[in-house]
Amino acid sequence: MYTFDIERPATIAEAVNALGGETMPLSGGQTLIPTLKARLASPDKLVSLAGVSEMQGISLDGGILTIGGTTVHADVATNGSYPALSQLAANIGDPAVRNRGTIGGSIANNDPAACYPAAALASGATIVTNTREIAADDYFLGMFDTALEEGEIVTAVKFPIPEKANYQKFVQPASRFALVGVFVAKTSDGVRVAVTGASNEGVHRWNAAEDALAADFSAAALEGLTVSSDDMISDLHGSPEYRAHLVKVMTARAVSAAS
Amino acid sequence: MPKDDGIGAATVRREDVRFLTGAGQYTDDIKAYGETAAVFARSTVANGIIKSIDTTAAAAMPGVLAIFTGEDFVEVGGNPAGWLINSRDGTPMHEPKRPVLAHGKVRHVGDAYAAVIAETVEQAKNAAEAIEADIEELEAIVNMKDALAGSNFVHDEIGTNQCFDWGWIEDNREATDAAIKGAHHVTTLELVNNRLVPNAMEPRSSRAEYRAANDEYVLHTTSQNPHLTRLLISAFVLGIPENKLTVIAPDVGGGFGSKIYHYGEEALVLAAAKKLGRPVTWTADRSEAFLTDAHGRDHVTKIELALDEDGNFLAFRTETLANVGAYLSNFATATPTFLHGTLMAGNYTVPNVYVNVKAVFTNTAPVDAYRGAGRPEATYSLERVIDKAAREIGRDPIELRRQNFIKADQYPFASAAGLEYDSGNYDALMDQMEKVADVAGFAERRKASEAKGLLRGFGVNAYIEACGIAPSNLVGVLGSRVGLYDAATVRVNATGNLSVMVGAHSHGQGHETAFPQVVAEMLGIDAAAIDIVHGDTSKIPFGMGTYGSRSLAVCGSAVVRATEKVINKAKKIAAHMLEVSDGDIEFNDGQFSVAGTDKSVSFGDVALKAYIPHEFPLEDIEPGLEETAFYDPANFTYPSGAYCCEVELDPETGKVTVESMTAVDDFGNVINPMIVTGQVHGGLGQGIGQALLENTTYDENGQLLSASYMDYAMPRADDVPFYTVDHSQGNACTHNPLGVKGCGEAGAIGSPPTVVNAVIDAMQSGGKNVTHIDMPVTPHRVWSAMQNA
Ligand SMILES: Cc1cc2nc3c(=O)[nH]c(=O)nc-3n(C[C@H](O)[C@H](O)[C@H](O)COP(=O)(O)OP(=O)(O)OC[C@H]3O[C@@H](n4cnc5c(N)ncnc54)[C@H](O)[C@@H]3O)c2cc1C
Repeated sequence: MYTFDIERPATIAEAVNALGGETMPLSGGQTLIPTLKARLASPDKLVSLAGVSEMQGISLDGGILTIGGTTVHADVATNGSYPALSQLAANIGDPAVRNRGTIGGSIANNDPAACYPAAALASGATIVTNTREIAADDYFLGMFDTALEEGEIVTAVKFPIPEKANYQKFVQPASRFALVGVFVAKTSDGVRVAVTGASNEGVHRWNAAEDALAADFSAAALEGLTVSSDDMISDLHGSPEYRAHLVKVMTARAVSAAS
Repeated sequence: MPKDDGIGAATVRREDVRFLTGAGQYTDDIKAYGETAAVFARSTVANGIIKSIDTTAAAAMPGVLAIFTGEDFVEVGGNPAGWLINSRDGTPMHEPKRPVLAHGKVRHVGDAYAAVIAETVEQAKNAAEAIEADIEELEAIVNMKDALAGSNFVHDEIGTNQCFDWGWIEDNREATDAAIKGAHHVTTLELVNNRLVPNAMEPRSSRAEYRAANDEYVLHTTSQNPHLTRLLISAFVLGIPENKLTVIAPDVGGGFGSKIYHYGEEALVLAAAKKLGRPVTWTADRSEAFLTDAHGRDHVTKIELALDEDGNFLAFRTETLANVGAYLSNFATATPTFLHGTLMAGNYTVPNVYVNVKAVFTNTAPVDAYRGAGRPEATYSLERVIDKAAREIGRDPIELRRQNFIKADQYPFASAAGLEYDSGNYDALMDQMEKVADVAGFAERRKASEAKGLLRGFGVNAYIEACGIAPSNLVGVLGSRVGLYDAATVRVNATGNLSVMVGAHSHGQGHETAFPQVVAEMLGIDAAAIDIVHGDTSKIPFGMGTYGSRSLAVCGSAVVRATEKVINKAKKIAAHMLEVSDGDIEFNDGQFSVAGTDKSVSFGDVALKAYIPHEFPLEDIEPGLEETAFYDPANFTYPSGAYCCEVELDPETGKVTVESMTAVDDFGNVINPMIVTGQVHGGLGQGIGQALLENTTYDENGQLLSASYMDYAMPRADDVPFYTVDHSQGNACTHNPLGVKGCGEAGAIGSPPTVVNAVIDAMQSGGKNVTHIDMPVTPHRVWSAMQNA
């Protein structure tokens, strides 16, 4: 690591004040610390969000589950108000990662193989920041790219709890991130299907499946559909064709398992 | 007897207390006044000409004490190859120099061309980044076939990328060709034995101190064989006299072969410590481990099996390209040849075997012995082609193997690949395997899997391996430049406890528990009174260290011999104390007694007498009770086994899970069954890792794509099943005093073909005519194979 300073604000306002220039927010550090150790980033200062009490905790109000930005995966896993989301959180990384890594860090980082972005997009979640609320559809802009402005931080994520939902993750054998992950959520307004891990575009919705499932919420409804491999990722672990195939398989499994 | 901590007892490992409580002392834990840190500048290109290296800016950075480049080591020697292989035409192999730091050219990603010594690691890293190296990138040589065909050379001075072209046994070549030509049926298989990164939990680390007062060096290093490391540094690389260099391998967190070898970093810290007069430590980070530890396997093989109309094996013929990487690591040339070709008759009475191996230089990390070293490659080729043959001729894979097995009454058996197997009973192993694995119940289990939409496959494998490496006379004839004996000193202290100094090195194997069990049994005393000393050349006799499943078979035998000498001398002392002649003394359960009387003295009494030799017959007996023995075996040991496993395969995703794995091994006599079981468990995990997960991939530019755990999949607990391990079918080794056979590598040798055979069986049961799939059998590969079948 290169040397850096660290600041530990107690409020969102102090945190935002401390950011700017060559600074970076630090949440659970499960992504950022390995990056620093590999000397792939060299901030002058880290602003730790861990002590910002306004950003912690989970609350349920009128069918909306609000999760503070510094809430760790382990807390979401045991919460249970939104079972599909808890199950997703329970399968992120290992115990160390789940007890340090946070939803704000994950949503801000928007790794193309991360799990939470699929949940947020499929659930029609709202990303709350220090300045505004952003609909998930407008927030995820591509691999590692989001609508966040310089110095803007994710303070909470609001999930409307669907009637039925499920997340199916087919793991990349080494990292155990999603080689392909599909989150399906059914609400009174219809069905949303979000795919992570598969595409060069990052997390995205599969509209054709959403339409088919809105008419008939069953795995059988997907049978006639095909997934294009055009923009799919090609790497050591899978070809574009394989990923496209898995999108369909995982979607069908998520629909069958949705509860 | 058996006592609860003697031979045969499942004593818990005493060293685990220290390991599990964080009290181990590893190289990087050793600190003294004036510590400094070494960091290496490493090539980011696979092949390139070093045009210039400018260290001016780096040298001026905070904390920097010294910078070395290849220029500083031009005068010293290279890191040598330990085994000379001659090509089929009689010419010796090519041995390009392997310098301490790259000079002139860099030859693989990670090849070190400079080193910075600074007050702290971070300062050294900052300075290493500031070194300005002008390296002109050349086209990389990665693929072995291209390397042999092209005119672009890893080492320009040898004018070829072929290290050698070896035939075994050359005199059998014609007969083998003829047998294949005239055979009723020939099964051919082309396969890849995938390259593996060793991934010891503790990365390599070396720390040197120079003591000017006596012109002495002390090197702490992650080594499996400190004496060998010292010999290489002294005799070949730096020329430091052996008696001025102490090499200490303290606690070492796993090796799997990768820490047998001397590496340039060891020489560098020694040179730096002398220059600075301060201790210098280098510890690899995980990325350096991926890029620079000697890798394993990496064979591309074509094998043919010829059978007659009754299914009798007539011949095995193998052509292998073996990747040795950019430089010859110390045993790189032995692994694909004598540790591989000599095993190509397997467990079978086959009369004709011929093996051709071409070793190839590429712009990749050096490749050398890795757990099993050559024998996994042999077993994989044999047991895969036999499985394919069984399917082609419509025979049950177990029955076809049994038909061709060497039978229990045929030992000693001279194999067609040139070894003499001393003992074994492969049918008994197979019987036991069929029983404990409930092979008869497989059809039911397959139905249950199919009801869940999954395919189920059964895979079987029989292996024989040669380990307990090895008779010096034999390996000398075969080209080894070192001997392969081992040594032990048994020191009985005056108060009756013992220090046993051994040449073997324990880096996870449990010697500190198992070796005392042997001595305790022989002396009839408590094992707790016996301690093992290992890893320090200033304390132990010159043994050859630990690899090739040799510790107990070779070093343990030296311990037995030294303990016998102690008993003989102790009998003389006891005879003197009891005033009888030596011949009247019997030694049982720690008591020396006079036959037919109630007169006796204990082992402790004798020990004390040896060191307080009042009224001692000095003209007949020297004071003290300490003996050393060197032991050189008469042959390898030949463990063998019958393995099977069952896999479930998800046809929609291609994902394979190993549902059961049964390993029935013949390890001869077993000293500590718990440790043996643990060794097998570890080997099975490594074998399943190779079969399903571990995917070392270089791209066409020689960049390692799988250079971290984000892309290199190691087996984790939930990737492996609960194993069934059975060593009830032991046939004692006939030539070492303990009757033991090596058990350290068996699991990694026997499991990969077992898993792949099961995957093929699963795909076949799903109506897909896939006859081969290369390791690692990833979901993507399985799915692709099934799409195309
Ligand atoms: C071994 C391992 C396995 C993993 N497996 C998975 C997995 O299976 N699925 C998965 O989804 N993830 C996985 N992860 C990633 C894990 O979930 C991380 O915790 C997460 O991606 C980042 O969260 P963090 O709190 O650790 O963020 P940090 O590492 O602290 O920060 C990540 C980035 O986001 C920025 N940042 C942090 N918080 C905020 C904020 N509130 N507002 C704006 N920017 C912010 C930081 O500046 C940094 O750039 C794994 C990680 C590891 C180490």
